[in-house]
Amino acid sequence: MAVDVREAARAESTPPARPRREITTAFVVSRIAVLAVTAAILLYAVPPLAAAGSWAALTLLCAAAAAVAFLYLTRRFVPAKYLVPGTIFLLAFQVFPVVYTATTAFTNFGDGHRGTKAEAVTAIETGSVRQAPGSPEYALTPALRGDELVFLLVDPKTKQVSLGDPAGLTPLAGAELGLTGKVVSAPGLTVLKGPEAAARAQDISAFAVPTPGGLIKANGLSRAVEGRAALAYDASCDCVRGPDGTWTADEEQGYFVNARGEHLAQGWQVNVGLANFARALTDPTISGYFLGVLGWNVVFALASVLGTFALGMGVALALHHPRMRGTRFYRIALILPYAMPAFAMLLVWRDLFNRDFGLVNQLLGTHVDWLGEPGTARLGVILVNLWLGFPYMFLVTTGALQAIPRELTEAAAIDGATPWRAFRRVTLPLLLVALTPLLISSFAFNFNNFNAIALTTEGGPFPAASPQVGATDLLITYTFRLAFGAGGAQFGFAAAISVFIFAIVALISAVAFRRTRRQEEVYA
Amino acid sequence: MKLALRHGFVLAVCAFALFPIVFVVSAAINPRGTLASTELLPTGASLANFANLFGSDTYPFARWFFNSVFIALVSSFASLLLSMLAAYAFSRMRFAGRRAGLLALLLIQMFPQFLAIVTIFMIFTEVTELYPAFGFNTVWGLLLLYLGGALGVNTWLMKGFLDTVPKELDEAATVDGATHAQIFWRVIMPLVTPILAVTALLAFIGTMSEFLMANVFLRDPGSKTLAVGMYGMIAGDHRNANFGMFAAGTLLTAIPTVGVFLWLQKYIVSGLTAGAVKG
Repeated sequence: MAVDVREAARAESTPPARPRREITTAFVVSRIAVLAVTAAILLYAVPPLAAAGSWAALTLLCAAAAAVAFLYLTRRFVPAKYLVPGTIFLLAFQVFPVVYTATTAFTNFGDGHRGTKAEAVTAIETGSVRQAPGSPEYALTPALRGDELVFLLVDPKTKQVSLGDPAGLTPLAGAELGLTGKVVSAPGLTVLKGPEAAARAQDISAFAVPTPGGLIKANGLSRAVEGRAALAYDASCDCVRGPDGTWTADEEQGYFVNARGEHLAQGWQVNVGLANFARALTDPTISGYFLGVLGWNVVFALASVLGTFALGMGVALALHHPRMRGTRFYRIALILPYAMPAFAMLLVWRDLFNRDFGLVNQLLGTHVDWLGEPGTARLGVILVNLWLGFPYMFLVTTGALQAIPRELTEAAAIDGATPWRAFRRVTLPLLLVALTPLLISSFAFNFNNFNAIALTTEGGPFPAASPQVGATDLLITYTFRLAFGAGGAQFGFAAAISVFIFAIVALISAVAFRRTRRQEEVYA
Repeated sequence: MKLALRHGFVLAVCAFALFPIVFVVSAAINPRGTLASTELLPTGASLANFANLFGSDTYPFARWFFNSVFIALVSSFASLLLSMLAAYAFSRMRFAGRRAGLLALLLIQMFPQFLAIVTIFMIFTEVTELYPAFGFNTVWGLLLLYLGGALGVNTWLMKGFLDTVPKELDEAATVDGATHAQIFWRVIMPLVTPILAVTALLAFIGTMSEFLMANVFLRDPGSKTLAVGMYGMIAGDHRNANFGMFAAGTLLTAIPTVGVFLWLQKYIVSGLTAGAVKG
């Protein structure tokens, strides 16, 4: 697969045999280091995986370790030796999450559909537990058996002490009862005192002791009651039965649905095929938003790139003159915005635009609600992005200008070209050859510039009619709100929109790169 | 006359560049330290905001500062090494899948990592259970995540620069019997300092400002970075009241970046453009 450069060269021209490299100390040391690191990672990572029983992950890890050890112990596959370290991280933390996201786009994963069907059934059954009529209210004493939490339960009438654990209820002999009816000590167990029990309140409230007819659960820290599930799953009809009727499993929606079409709150994750994509495209409210957001998104990214490039290039050109004085001072002043922490300055800009005490209104003597009106808010975020981005463009154009020989523009001047023509015909094309790749990656960056929007306007202002989408929302902030917003998480749908965003950005960039390649060979 | 015009234009842009910064300085040294009382030129001068910042119990600013600088330094150093190794392979070696690899890197990079934040969250929930040292609220987990993006744009920038370094140099070294590893460390690395400097600076600035991942990852006050911590400082009702402290923090946050910038300054301009020329 991967071929050593020198081997490839030899195959072509058969030069004299390569001298055999001697085994140096560096060679031995680096091999030992590779083996040691691999062994250390395996030693660290294997026990927890084995304990958790993740055999698939374990196999993958060992296979990867074996492959890495093999790769660095042979002398072949030289390019792979250089590519593998970064690729491992790329696969684990970039490619895998992205693929995982893409598969999520075909599911209904989100609030109400987080787990498997079995988890949903358990949640429905335990969620419907009510105190069984006539059942005793036990006095509860939480205790520890080793590290494991157990319940000591005292029947109020018979004073019989039982031990409850996840396996069920067993009678316990030899326990000593206190005045309050709670257990003071028990053989082989550590009784939890008030504060200790309070510290484990969460564990205690999640603990359940199964009984033949239901579950015993804590009610506060010192009482426990036996309850029965009002809803029970019946595998024979794949349905949930309860006093109010029967809910049948609907594998299409991932819900238990009754005859009236109502569903239980807890569902499970199912494959919904292309439904999420179809919804993004066809649902009139959403596709209307989608196109609107997409349009503004393109405008925002274009305005950001062109604006920063024009301003950055402008000052770079202005300073690029042999008789210009004070360039050192100007350069430092112009670069300062780039050195300031962007996240903090975005928040500062938000306050500069504040209607009541913002500096912009103070300086202009106006009383405009800058970020409160769609038009001014859009202007505002573009301005903020211009401020943040132009120093970078200034830096790169300054460098690129220095690479253009002055003789070219001088020759143009001698030929009688006006400065503007010389710039249009000579300087700008040469600059663009150098800077187009950077302009494209700048476009891709700004297309998904989450921080610029989220930290200034948070997507707003929002129209009263549709609080879902704001005037300055980019696709990415919109997606983020869908995924984590107040309206309930819709991870599957958000993932579908992520896939759309990716497709759009990839398409635009691919087209742009094709155009660049006509100017020069990028793959040189 | 023409020169005066140039000065006028540049001065105007300088004013645009500097006025938010002057505002932040003014807020930082304004003893009252609220947003409503802040003006472009400070009405008084004191270091009370800075003192509050370091004396505060609610906001362990010094700790955040250390976390941020540590994460930014380690992650830019590690990502520099990883992408340099890859760039060397892509620039100097010819192997099956090279073009495809370059294109794949470009495309993968266009998928912003945090669009996958949901799945990243689920993955790290699992990791936190198995290996708490690399889970949520740890610097190491976040570093691993940042290294996922180490290849990509940086690799392209560096490959572009490496392509401009004459191949005859490594050929000569090969003839002298150098191994590929010796060529990489002894011949190539000293020659690529400018692009290393630029990539280091870009990575450092990017990591210092990274907000979203860190916000999901770091919940515990002691483990936060500056971006997460300072955002919390002026979130909600605290916005107006803490503004002076926030501005002081902003100025302090800029110090490491300016420091790295000054340190690498002489390489920056040549590095940025030489890398850009070949994509």
